[in-house]
Amino acid sequence: MNEPMLFLPLIALLPLAGFLLNGLFGSRLPKALVSTIALLFPLLSFALVARAAWMVHAGLALPVAEANAPTWIAVGTFHVGFQFVLDQLTLVMLLVVTGVGFLIHLYSVGYMEHESGYWRFFAYLNLFLFFMTVLVLAGNFLLMFVGWEGVGLASYLLIGFYIDRKSAGDAGIKAFVTNRVGDFGFLIAMFLLIAHFGTLSFSRITAQLSAHPTLTTGAATLICLCLVLGAVGKSAQIPLYVWLPDAMEGPTPVSALIHAATMVTAGVYMIARTHALFDLAPAALTVVAVIGTATAFFAATVAIVQTDIKRVLAYSTISQLGYMFLGCGVGAYSAAVFHLMTHAFFKGLLFLAAGSVIHGLGGEQDIRRMGGLRKTMPVTFWTMTAAVLAISGFFPFAGFFSKDAILAAAFQHGSTGKLLWMVGLVTALMTSFYMFRLWYLTFLGQSRAHSASDGHDHEHHHHAHESPWIMLLPLVLLALLSVCGGWIGIDRFAAFLAPATGMASAAPNAGHTELFLSVLAVLVAALGWFVAHLFFGRRTSAADDAAQRLAPLHRVLEHKYWIDEIYTSLIIRPIQWFARFGLGWLGELTLVRGSVWLLVGVTGLCGELLRRWQSGNLRSYAAWLAIGAAALLIFALAGTLLGMNSLADSIHWAVR
Amino acid sequence: MNTPVPADWYLLLSAALFTLGVIGFLIKRSLITVFMSIELMLNAVNLSFVTFAHEWHAVKGQIFVFFVMMVAAAEAAVGLAIIISIFRVRGTLTVDQIDRMKL
Amino acid sequence: MDGMILTLILLAPLAGMALILLLPDRDEQSTNLPAWLALLTSLFTFACTLHLPAHFVAHQTGFQFEENLAWINSPAIRYHVGVDGLSLWLVVLVGLLAPVGVLASWRAVKKDRKLFYALFLLQQTAMVGVFVSLDLMLYYGFWELSLIPIAVLTAMFGRNLGDASAAKAALRFFLYTFIPSAPLLVALLWLYAHTGSFDYATVQAAIASGTLPGWQLAWVSVAFLIAFAVKVPVLGLHGWLPDLFSEAPVAIAMIAAGKLGLYSLIRFHVELFPALAHRAAPWMIALAAVGILYGALLALVQKDFWKLLAYATLGSLSFCTLGIYGFTAAGMSGAVLQTLNEGIIGAALFLLFGVLYEPASASKLADFGGLATKTPRLATLFTIASLALIGLPLLNGFVGEFLVLSGTFTGVSRVWATVAALGVILSAAYMLGAIQKIFLATGAPAHATGHAAGHPSATARDLTGSETVAVALLALLMLALGIQPGLATDAIEPALQSITQSLRMGAQSRNAANLSPTHPESATVIASSPANLKGGR
Repeated sequence: MNEPMLFLPLIALLPLAGFLLNGLFGSRLPKALVSTIALLFPLLSFALVARAAWMVHAGLALPVAEANAPTWIAVGTFHVGFQFVLDQLTLVMLLVVTGVGFLIHLYSVGYMEHESGYWRFFAYLNLFLFFMTVLVLAGNFLLMFVGWEGVGLASYLLIGFYIDRKSAGDAGIKAFVTNRVGDFGFLIAMFLLIAHFGTLSFSRITAQLSAHPTLTTGAATLICLCLVLGAVGKSAQIPLYVWLPDAMEGPTPVSALIHAATMVTAGVYMIARTHALFDLAPAALTVVAVIGTATAFFAATVAIVQTDIKRVLAYSTISQLGYMFLGCGVGAYSAAVFHLMTHAFFKGLLFLAAGSVIHGLGGEQDIRRMGGLRKTMPVTFWTMTAAVLAISGFFPFAGFFSKDAILAAAFQHGSTGKLLWMVGLVTALMTSFYMFRLWYLTFLGQSRAHSASDGHDHEHHHHAHESPWIMLLPLVLLALLSVCGGWIGIDRFAAFLAPATGMASAAPNAGHTELFLSVLAVLVAALGWFVAHLFFGRRTSAADDAAQRLAPLHRVLEHKYWIDEIYTSLIIRPIQWFARFGLGWLGELTLVRGSVWLLVGVTGLCGELLRRWQSGNLRSYAAWLAIGAAALLIFALAGTLLGMNSLADSIHWAVR
Repeated sequence: MNTPVPADWYLLLSAALFTLGVIGFLIKRSLITVFMSIELMLNAVNLSFVTFAHEWHAVKGQIFVFFVMMVAAAEAAVGLAIIISIFRVRGTLTVDQIDRMKL
Repeated sequence: MDGMILTLILLAPLAGMALILLLPDRDEQSTNLPAWLALLTSLFTFACTLHLPAHFVAHQTGFQFEENLAWINSPAIRYHVGVDGLSLWLVVLVGLLAPVGVLASWRAVKKDRKLFYALFLLQQTAMVGVFVSLDLMLYYGFWELSLIPIAVLTAMFGRNLGDASAAKAALRFFLYTFIPSAPLLVALLWLYAHTGSFDYATVQAAIASGTLPGWQLAWVSVAFLIAFAVKVPVLGLHGWLPDLFSEAPVAIAMIAAGKLGLYSLIRFHVELFPALAHRAAPWMIALAAVGILYGALLALVQKDFWKLLAYATLGSLSFCTLGIYGFTAAGMSGAVLQTLNEGIIGAALFLLFGVLYEPASASKLADFGGLATKTPRLATLFTIASLALIGLPLLNGFVGEFLVLSGTFTGVSRVWATVAALGVILSAAYMLGAIQKIFLATGAPAHATGHAAGHPSATARDLTGSETVAVALLALLMLALGIQPGLATDAIEPALQSITQSLRMGAQSRNAANLSPTHPESATVIASSPANLKGGR
């Protein structure tokens, strides 16, 4: 059989080569060369992916597994290799990751131009691409875990990129450790899988499941819940979402690539990838759906009152990821992946546009001090508009199709589905509202930079300028994708993905309901826009009034429900106290040190006693000598004199 | 009257001499006397060596005696030298006052 | 060559030691000749140890490179040395760490260099001896010998000689390790009295035959266990560890914990007393799993880096203990691998932080901050080593931890494995926290932590060329073992197979309850899985 050459490992290894080149020598290379290296390797990687996509289009049968995968761990009967597999789901993910990834690399060349750690930034960015491609190409759980942890590492490094900012370092640690909580679930899930299947290979597990489903529902649920914990950590869902807003400390392209378009969707990808397990565990799926819906709603409420442009987008990301979880939870994996894809387009675009705004304003991130940028930054404005329309779900933008597919699937999903759908719809309203709020405050109206009481950023606004072409090109391309990305339609998309994700339960639906739901969704989005227009479009003080009237609610939202504070005082502090006092004082000082002191004390006491024996007096030594000799004599004689054979025996034993 | 003296008597004499030596070692205060007591003990042991050697017709015991005598001679030479130097430094030969080697 | 190589490895450091001691005293202050000699000796020894894996026949059970010469007739002590897959890489590790240790001491040791390097090389011989001895008495001799230089060097060359805390740490280490050594000697003599031999194989066969008196044998095994558990150290017996890590010279601290005790646990407790090791296993597993959490939690709240490293080490060594006493093939391979990992990673971290510590004698995390720009090479390598320590995939720490955890989870106890896995979360928190406090911005105003003269952050220097090469090599090794753990496990596994097999047989004939305290059904999973597992690639 003529195996097609797909060079799957190369797709991952090319960015790694870029990382190594820039990481090892970048500090000594000229900037132009650094950018060339950083762009060339992801581009080559994307070219390979595109080639693979074209071959698939030309009729290549999927999945394709790399033959002769090198062994990684082989101990006893346990065997894991560096096994790369390409199937439909992977292909979609790869296109998104390398495609959007490359665009964001391109954008970064302009955005990061004046930063000091230029080479370092691109090295990390390439490293991220390496791990992300490993994650989606992995043919088994362990290799996926490599990418899983690896993107966490890259995220940590990039969030903490500004090493002179403490908040950046804090945010990086928070992200990594929170992700580790999820990884703990992933690890346990892998152990359970080894215990039940003896393998970690996706295809083997799926084959075993379909051949003879010996797995009980309970076991499947346990495995899936552990996986969900992992997905929740990576995809920033309740209760582990707290790291994502802080992750905005990183440079904006990072937020676009890692914390919007690709890495955070890994959890969704993982659930879709392991859908065979989840299909056996309806309870776990329900958990996924509920978590997703709750997160979508919750994050949207917070996003309404945030004033930092990147934080609004961060909460919006969390909310959209919630949609994807909802999609997975109701069994509409292809819809979730569809939304994942369109979201990568429009959310990547939103962040890049926001970055362009920040860049143009010289670092200003507070939307209350923006406004009126429509004139000065037309390209950014128009692309951003496309993205806002897309995320709000207006026909015919990309977001409409994918969000609609998820909501429709939820609507048709049993009795709880209706409730989930309702919440999803309300969330869509809020999404539309806060996105247009952002849009109005940033681009329309008059510039408010002067109204700020502290006038230190006057000059920023004076210099407000459109970004260079190298930043605008990715914006335009992503805007095109945000407009057209959904036109493929969920039906065709689901049909394409079907071999990898299973047939979506909601695929064939009656036209009526479908149409009704779609119209309703668009109406809701329009309502959101309208409300936003009322509050922010005309320069009235309506928004402030509303905020004052609902002051308690506003306060709660503004402080993000005090979740960070609650976590700190309920989890982190008690652990630290327990470690410091419970273990450090009680355990270490009392038990461990105590035993040392006891040991030292007893030894010292013995020494003190025996020391007195050594009087230095010759005659006392002689006396002891004599007594000792006499005692030995008596001891030796006693046996024979008294006939105590046992004593003699014991002497024999001792001497032997 | 040419019955030999029984071996027990030699042994008893040896024990008596040894005990005298031990007692002298313990109760005398002069370093010289203590030293003589040691010699006494050594010779007591020599006596029992010779006795047994004769009794069992084994020449080993007599060889040991020569060893002991040699050691005793060497000890006398070294020991007396030490005693003299101690006397030079300390000005006394009372054992109880020579206790500076304790910890 | 093969016949003499182990003797060569044992004698080379001694020869270097003799040469160093013969150096004239007068040049001591002006030149670093002892260090150069020690470096050359250790490099030569390292080259010799590399001969072992190069000519080792993998997938062959039994000992290789054996030498068996009569030494003392009565009692019958023989000079019997040899390595198998278990000890092979540990010997190489000792060889590797010696030059690293010399480099770490290069600037730190300023006086009595002759004595320092002489004792350092003696320590190396002793450690190699522990790994290669196949005669129990010979082993005991090397074991005791390996303890002495650590105590002496800590007392004489400790970092805080001024306030006598170095002497205290040395005394503590001495008491902790020597007191259990006495029962160990008694136990050895008891075995000799009952078997008439100190030969490892003979004693092992005698114990396996079951003819030795039972309860006395049990005490003997306990004496062995405690002596080794102190040296690892296992939770509860780790009282010497934090002090030694803070006080001992860097080169000594990096070799003091871990491998000797862990190797001895496998070879002279598990392999020698399989049945009795089974009885101890539930306790050891519990201690290990709790120890992982205990170490991680305490590391989380330490303010001093050496202490943090001590508790982190306690945690990571507990992984090894967990793997050893799980008696699963994966777990034990992981444990041996993790022993190697801990040696490599610990050495790198000790050397790196030693460089930061040396100029100002500062080890409080709060004393540092913002060093990433000033010491980029150090920061990068430190980060890599930390990531390896916290078990990032593709670095070596992960494979070891994963094997231990999966072995424990599937073969021993799900509960303990889950408890141990929690340590994975915490390890990230404390190591990244340390990185931030040392290398990244701390948020404190510049004039407070200051870059005033004399401040640790001001006096810190980056790595020199040779240090960079050394640590970079260690980092490469971390990567190599992370990507191809088979490099080490291929040799380790056959050696462990015989152990686990005899353990399993012993377990079946005894009571199975000891084997899997919480999940009886897991044993059947193991038994049924090979067929499935074969195709898992």
